[in-house]
Amino acid sequence: MTKIAFVREKEIPPSAPPITEVGIIGWLSQNLFSSWLNSILTVLSVYFIVIMLWDFIPWAYGGHWNTKSLRECLDLDPDVACFSVLAARWKQLLFGLYPSEEYWRPTLTFIFLLLAAVPILFPKFFRFFWFSIIYPGLAVWLLWGGSFWSISIVYIGLTVGTLLFLSLIRRYLKNYIIAAILAFFFTAVFFLFIYNPLVVLLNGILPISLPFVESLKMGGFTLSLIVGVTGIVASFPIGILLALGRQSNLPVIKMICVGFIEFIRGVPLITLLFVASVLLNYFLPPGTNFDIVLRVVIMVTLFSAAYMAEVIRGGLAGLPLGQHEASASLGLTYWQSQRLIIMPQALKISIPGIVNTFIGLFKDTTLVSIISLRDPVGLASTIRADQKWNGIYWELYVAIGLMFFIFCWGMSQYSQYLERKLKTDK
Amino acid sequence: MKKLFFGVLAALTFAAGGTFAGTLDDVKARGNLLCGVSTGAPGFATVDDSGKDVGFDVDYCRALAAAVFGDPMAVKFVGLTSAVRFTALAAGEVDILARNTTWTYSRDTDLKQTFLGVNYYDGQGFMVKKELGVKSTTELDGATVCIQVGTTTELNLADYFKENGMSYEPVPTADNAESQQQYLAGACDTYTTDASALHGTRVNLENPDDHLVLPEIISKEPLGPLVRHGDDNWADIGRWVLNALVIAEEKGITKANIDSWKDTKDAEIHRLLGTGDDDILAMVGLPKNAMYNAIKAGGNYGEIFENNLGATSGINIERGVNASWTKGGILYSPPFR
Repeated sequence: MTKIAFVREKEIPPSAPPITEVGIIGWLSQNLFSSWLNSILTVLSVYFIVIMLWDFIPWAYGGHWNTKSLRECLDLDPDVACFSVLAARWKQLLFGLYPSEEYWRPTLTFIFLLLAAVPILFPKFFRFFWFSIIYPGLAVWLLWGGSFWSISIVYIGLTVGTLLFLSLIRRYLKNYIIAAILAFFFTAVFFLFIYNPLVVLLNGILPISLPFVESLKMGGFTLSLIVGVTGIVASFPIGILLALGRQSNLPVIKMICVGFIEFIRGVPLITLLFVASVLLNYFLPPGTNFDIVLRVVIMVTLFSAAYMAEVIRGGLAGLPLGQHEASASLGLTYWQSQRLIIMPQALKISIPGIVNTFIGLFKDTTLVSIISLRDPVGLASTIRADQKWNGIYWELYVAIGLMFFIFCWGMSQYSQYLERKLKTDK
Repeated sequence: MKKLFFGVLAALTFAAGGTFAGTLDDVKARGNLLCGVSTGAPGFATVDDSGKDVGFDVDYCRALAAAVFGDPMAVKFVGLTSAVRFTALAAGEVDILARNTTWTYSRDTDLKQTFLGVNYYDGQGFMVKKELGVKSTTELDGATVCIQVGTTTELNLADYFKENGMSYEPVPTADNAESQQQYLAGACDTYTTDASALHGTRVNLENPDDHLVLPEIISKEPLGPLVRHGDDNWADIGRWVLNALVIAEEKGITKANIDSWKDTKDAEIHRLLGTGDDDILAMVGLPKNAMYNAIKAGGNYGEIFENNLGATSGINIERGVNASWTKGGILYSPPFR
């Protein structure tokens, strides 16, 4: 018997994976042609994408940018885009009817907006949070102008009121409500009696002011951002309070919150905007000048706060009851447990819903064109009313759509980053 | 700035239910006129590339501002959509509404407004492709018509075809933009809306000469400025500024030659321009040369028409019924005396 023993001394080099599993072909067969249904869908999708781009790319790529009117565009080549309208009107689409020599103000406000958002969005920079706090006042002053002091004194008043509230509950009282009433009373006195003389005095000593720009001149994306960002920022805390109020054990608070949420969610936003624009004028005494942009911002904020409340309530409901009980057993007060235990978890669960509401709110700002405000969509019809551009549709709407896409996509990307960071699905 | 923060506060503290003082006094105290115009109606009101308000209605308000203040720029234009225009006027957000608004019975009475006159006689017309070979609306029997739903034009269309024993097939659209797209795509033989809008649209089509606005006008749409009920003096001012512009055209007074009438024998011109002895404008509280300023602002009615709707504007609307009565139109002002 011969001993047959063979032990391979070297490892066989791994053979290349089948061509259907790797590389471009592998990717295609796994992702696009994995079954006959997928194959059909892929072919159809490619077909539709191609026929769309087949028309769109030559149309957009060959577009005119330098003509003086639509007529000129049509005479040159009627089959391509007439982007000259954007060249002539891009400033209006961005700034509305804002005086052109003051364009730096909305621009600066926008840059500051990005800076102010950083500490809120990225915890690494939280030490700059003070800038986010002063930003709203700064933005109002830059956009509308007027005396610097009339804004900064508002800040001083509110700061003193808040400090008073905090020191009252820290040092003297344990009762939030009495402290709040006292602080509120002080702040009211400040604004009713001290505010005006102080502003006049400071204006006399050191007049710092910007030319006043009225709300009538606000428009374009500046207006969309004013309404959208204010609505987003203000509706979030109000939404949290409403969500908590809805779960409260105090019947009055609960009833008010439920009533508010259900009422607001029961009516369309456009109805509320009509109330802001039309109905309020009947209730207010004649001659009262209640700023239209402020009215709209309030309505939009209330509207989205109601939705926000329900989104956050969803997050709260997603938490096990044990979390509440555990925090109570640690001896935390209601607000402490909300702040340290409940809200961080509930908000984390709600991120997709919250951002969804934000994006919806931002896009809803285009509804203000119906009540005569000149947001980009409203401006599109104003621009078309100029005989030079009468009959131009696609170019304007493509541009406006693109601008909105950038903002909404940005928000969506941020929310996905946040979710990854907080790993909400684990 | 305070306005923004204390709007609410002010609203709460002001005594409710105050009444309007004379609008003229309010306007003078404010230092400018608040004029409600369209947010965008070709030829009537829009902003140009540089952001300046322009248009037929805009020029009327400039004339009015010039009459009150001597300065055609002392006016703020408030763009209003059709949804909010009447409430904005009723609530005092604007002093006058010059927003291509059709004068109708119910708007005049039920909505408690005073129409000051007609500054443009519009009406519903039809646009067809020339290749269709149609020369008159009476040949439209059996046509497909693109029509904006929920508008008076829809009702007028039904009435007109019924009266003439013709049938049509409606293609409903949401607005003028959609009508235009459907019409160009061949979804309908003709599309109908106000004739002024049809002319403006036609000029900017790819080949304007392939399209025809039919000569018939099937409805009356007299457009004019309006004010609130209850201040007759203010209504008189607005009405007579409009009339003054019409008279100026009738008499041949233009923006350019307005200073050359001092030696005319026509007493009405002297009264109008304030170059005579009697100061009849004091009756409504305006300076003696108010109408001089009004005409000087943008020219007479004819000049305003040409600049915004006529050949100069590119819209190329012919005067038609909007010509002075001396030239075969129906524009006719009561005498200025």
